[in-house]
Formats: sequence, C-alpha cells, structure tokens
Amino acid sequence: MKKEYSKEMLAEICEKFPEVSIKIHSPRRVYMRISRDKVYDFAKFLFEEKQLRLSIATGIDTRDGMEIIYHFTLDEVGTYYNIKTVIPKDDLKIKSLTPFLPAANWIEREIHELLGVDFIGHPNLKPLLTAEAWHADLQPLRRDYADEHKEIKIDKKTGGLA
Amino acid sequence: MGNAKLWGLKKSPWVFHVAAAPCNNCDIEILDILTPRWDVERFGIVLVGSPRHADALLVTGVLNRKNLPRVLEVYRQTPKPCLVIAIGACACHPNIFQPSYNVIGPYDKYIPVDVYIPGCPPKPEAIILGVVKALQRL
Amino acid sequence: MRRVVPIGPYHPLQEEPEFFKLIVEGEKVVDLEINIGYNHRGHEFISPTLTWDQVPFLVERICGICSDSHPYAYVLAVEDCAHVTPPPRSQYIRTIIGELERIHSHYLWLGLAGHFIGYNTVWMWVWRYREPLLDLFELIMGNRNHYAINKIGGARRDIRKEDFPKIEKYLDLLEEKNAMFTKAILDDPVIRARLEDVGVLSKEDAIAYAVTGPTARGSGYAIDVRKDDPYDAYDKVDWNEIVFEEGDVLAKAKVRLLECDESIKIVRQCLKNMPEGSIETRVDEIPPGEGIGRHEAPRGEVFHYVRSNGSNMPVRHKVRAPSFMNIASNVVAVRGYSIADAALVLASVDPCYCCTERTFVYQSGKKKYSGQDLLKLSWEKTEKLKRRYKK
Ligand code: SF4
Repeated sequence: MKKEYSKEMLAEICEKFPEVSIKIHSPRRVYMRISRDKVYDFAKFLFEEKQLRLSIATGIDTRDGMEIIYHFTLDEVGTYYNIKTVIPKDDLKIKSLTPFLPAANWIEREIHELLGVDFIGHPNLKPLLTAEAWHADLQPLRRDYADEHKEIKIDKKTGGLA
Repeated sequence: MGNAKLWGLKKSPWVFHVAAAPCNNCDIEILDILTPRWDVERFGIVLVGSPRHADALLVTGVLNRKNLPRVLEVYRQTPKPCLVIAIGACACHPNIFQPSYNVIGPYDKYIPVDVYIPGCPPKPEAIILGVVKALQRL
Repeated sequence: MRRVVPIGPYHPLQEEPEFFKLIVEGEKVVDLEINIGYNHRGHEFISPTLTWDQVPFLVERICGICSDSHPYAYVLAVEDCAHVTPPPRSQYIRTIIGELERIHSHYLWLGLAGHFIGYNTVWMWVWRYREPLLDLFELIMGNRNHYAINKIGGARRDIRKEDFPKIEKYLDLLEEKNAMFTKAILDDPVIRARLEDVGVLSKEDAIAYAVTGPTARGSGYAIDVRKDDPYDAYDKVDWNEIVFEEGDVLAKAKVRLLECDESIKIVRQCLKNMPEGSIETRVDEIPPGEGIGRHEAPRGEVFHYVRSNGSNMPVRHKVRAPSFMNIASNVVAVRGYSIADAALVLASVDPCYCCTERTFVYQSGKKKYSGQDLLKLSWEKTEKLKRRYKK
C-alpha cells in the first residue's frame, strides 16, 4: 500500500479550523492557507495533538506581502503539510512559535534577520548569520534589496560596512 | 619528486589550516593528505593547532563579512615570514559565490598569497605539489 | 564559579563553522551558546540569479561531505514542481551514488571521532578504507568529490557495465572491514566507557528540537525519509532502518556503523536490478508552482523548497540542511557533562570536529587552555580509562 496523507486528519482540520483552505498538490504534499492570527493556534494543534514535526519555515517576499510557509511533516505517512500565511508589508509581525516549539527558535531568528519579520514572544531575536557590523535594517532576501547591495563599501579592518 | 622529498625532510614546514567559508571538501582533502595513502608527515609537514606555531597558512573557502576579521587576526598571529597557500577555486576567486551579499572576495585582496592551487577541490597530489613549490620559492 | 570556554570558529571539518561558548562550573558544562554564520555565503540569495540547470552546481557546494544530498533534494523538488518522473535507470544510479556517499560520510565521522578520543589508529584505518571509495567516485563521475550526478529529469552520467565488478569488489572489501570496525569499536572497553552514557539526548528533546538523521535514530526517534517518503529506487529494495533507544554517543556511533551495512545491501540490490534504458527525460519548461524535495543525507533530512513563476530561474529556493536542526540540540545534549566529554558530544551530531583545535579558555582575560589542551584533556581521560582496564 502506498502511504499518503490521511483523509481523517484533513477532515478534522476542516472541522476545527473551517477557514483553512486546502490544496492537494500530490499525495504527499498538502498546502494550506490560513490567516495570520490563526497560525499560532493551528500550529499548536498540529504539533501537540497531531505530533507533526516542524521541518523548517520559509519566508518569501511576494507582491501581496510577506508570505511565510511553515513546513510541517507527519513522518508515519511521509507527508508534508505546508501552512501558508501572508503578512502585510506595513505591519510585519506574527506570533512566535518558539514558546511551545523550541525547534522554531533558529528558524524564526533566520527569517527575522533575512526578511525583517518580527516574531512576537521570541526569546532572542539576535542576528544569527550576518556579521556584527551588518546593518540590521538591510534585509538581503527582500525584493527591494538588490540596488542597495551594489553601493556597499567594505571596511578593510572590520570587514563590515564602511 | 626526489628533490621535493629532500626539501620537505630538511625543512619540515608546520602548517595551520584556516577555513573561511569553504564547502569542506578542500578541508577534507587537506586532512586526507595526512592519512596512509599520502602521508605527508613523512615529509615533515605537520598540521598544528595554533597559528603561532605555523610556518605556512593553508587557506580555503571564500571570505565573508563575519570571518574576515578572524582571518586577519590569524594572519597577524602567524610569525613572519610565513607562506600563504590558497587551496581551491574558492580561495583564488569567489566564482559562483560572487553575487552574494555576504561574500567579499578573494584572499589576495586582504592578505598576500604566495601560491594558488585551483581545483574544486584540488586533488591531494596537487596540494602536495603546491606546498612543495611554495617551499622551493623560499 | 562560572567560566566561559569559547570553541571555534575555525576548524577544518564541518558544514558551517560555528562558534560554541561553553559555560562551565568547575569541570561541568552548565550551558552552551551557539553562534553560527561564519560560513554564511547566501545560497538562497544566489540561487534566484541562476537558471534551473545551474543551481545543482551551486547547491552541491553547500557542503562537500554530502555533496550529493543537496543537488539530490533540489532535483527532487523541481521534479515535484514540474510533475516529471525520471527514467528508472537514472533513479537507480542516483540511489547508488546517494548510498555510496553515506558510507563515505559515516567513515569520515568515525575516523574523526576516533581522533577525538585519542585513538588515531581508528582514524588512519578508517580513512584508509574510505580512499578506494573516492577512487570509485573518480572512476564513475570524474571527480573525487562534487560528483554532479543529479540533473533535473535524470542523471548526468551512466554507470558503465564494466565498472560494476569494481564496485562489487569494493563492497566485498568494505563489508569485511565494516564488520571488523564494528567489532573492534564495540568490544573495546575503553571506547565503550568513553562513549556510553555521554551526551544523552532524550526522545522528548529529540522531538522538541526536531532533530533528524542518526542523531534522532540514536535517540529512539525512528524517522528516515528513505522509509517514510520513499523516492527513486528506495522502495524497490529491501533494507532495515537502524534505531537505538539510548540516545548517547555510543548509540549514534552504532547507528552509523550499522547503516553502512544497510547501504552496502542497497547498492548491491540496485546493481543487480538496474534496468536498461535512457538516463534522462527532457524537461523543457518548469511550470509555475512549487515543489518540495527531501533526501535522507548522511546527517539527516535535507529539505529543499522551490517556487517557480514559469521563467527559467527559481523565484525562491529554500534550503534546510540537517545540521541546522541538529546543532541546536547540542544545547541540551551537552549540559551536565565534563569538559573532556564536550568535544565528543558536540562532534556526535556530526557537525564539527576540529573546532576543538582552536579552543581557548579564558580566566579573567588570561589564556588558560588552548585547543590542544582540550584535545589533550579528552585523550588523558582515555588514557586513564585504559590504565584502569588493564589492571
Ligand atoms: S574550491 Fe570547491 S571544494 Fe574547495 S571549498 Fe570551494 S567549493 Fe568547496
């Protein structure tokens, strides 16, 4: 028997969170869309009651806003449940998952650093990857970044921005 | 190679390995030359644990903003004159990593480099040859 | 009294040079701070500037030890996005290379772990038998590392018929030697004493920190992408998942050693069942959409996510390396153990070894231990144990 997503689980999700829209890409890849305020409860439900594992979260700068995809996986059936949410660009805030899910710690730090999303309730949002001398307001993965990049001068001593 | 062996035996260079932002392969090949098949210790080449004991620096990988100050510090601590041997295509030029925001260029922009050993990664034979050539220049 | 022991950031052997700050009380480690980014090259930034076919060469250079895993996961992601199935022969080829790479990576770890506890013989012997494997890679793909075998829609090179006996000959040699290593390591009372009950990561912590690979399987958390979400030829061959419950360094070492045996099994079956045929399908266009690819790398699950808008470059390409999750779990694994064990525990997730060579302990500004000393501490402990077992 080929393993795939469980229909019961999707039915349960639809019942508990009626606003979720579900798209089935292939038997082991399910994409779901949910509003920003519901993400925390939804992720908590998936992690604590359904024992899903948080693999990683992706941040994407799109035209409609900052999109965050939490990639959860259920290993018994080898399926990825991807939860998408869009944050408006003028209010880049979302509730952090770290308080109940330690694995989200570094993931959120990285997104904060490279895309500038604020995670409310995160214990430590210090930069993880970029240099100490890097400007905290320069987020390289944003769409508006490319032009600024060319003008950066390097200070030979510190290796940071001149 | 006969001459090279004599040189190596006579001089026994101690090398320190600086990995800036490599992909590891160059570093593995460096460790590889210590293992039985190549066994450079028979030439007296020893990998040491501190730059203060080193005669030569083996540098790999590209420089990025965060590790440049540390690499400069290591270079400062190495007793001069010292040899700097750039191992791998990355150390000679950032190549594929050039467009990145965090990569700031090849080593020779910041510290003097004596020998370049290109290859991704260079074969262990090439690394040994490079080190020997560097010694012959002395 | 609390002291800080910084480890790193430079060391020759790991995916991301990290900087560990051990906070110690006397001999005990009470906390750990991890600082990474010394190896940050911005792959996710570069990859949207390259075309779909160029990206495998970029992601290959994320990590040299598992230089097959990242391109593998990437091509699986693109194939998922474009709904392409590669021809069966290429699936077998990719599986074979993936498994051979696992053996090479586990041997690399084993050798260095031996070096850390002061058994240089283990290092030299293990690496000696790793060398013919690199020759095999050179024979099949033309380079000792960075194989470039994966291609969207297939494999880039074929394995020729006349190379099969050479691969089989090596597998026979390896099987014999692997049994020898397993026996030598598990029967040695000193190695056992050094590895047993050190750096225990409980199953709860493993789940909370979402660790993957041998780190998880050593803690009784049975996840393996090859079993859970089989791709390419993995569901056409017969093999076992290795899981141990203890969670200590010994369990992780056992997982890795026994996995090599499983890999040998997989490669043998693949060679036997490999179908004839072409090795690639033509993929002209990547339609708009998104795709996820996952591969079980030697260290755990590699995850790639790509998004396409129909052009010839990805819009977004997300890479998740297994060590990103595994390293964070060190914070709990190292707590409560002595400094002499710390090097080993940090190395047990297989992220970094030689960082210890550049360790300094500072006490009110003055240098107290160097990296060599930390290694020496570890070696001394082994010596002590050796003496005790001799009596
Ligand atoms: S030259 Fe190649 S093998 Fe060496 S560090 Fe760079 S990418 Fe890796």
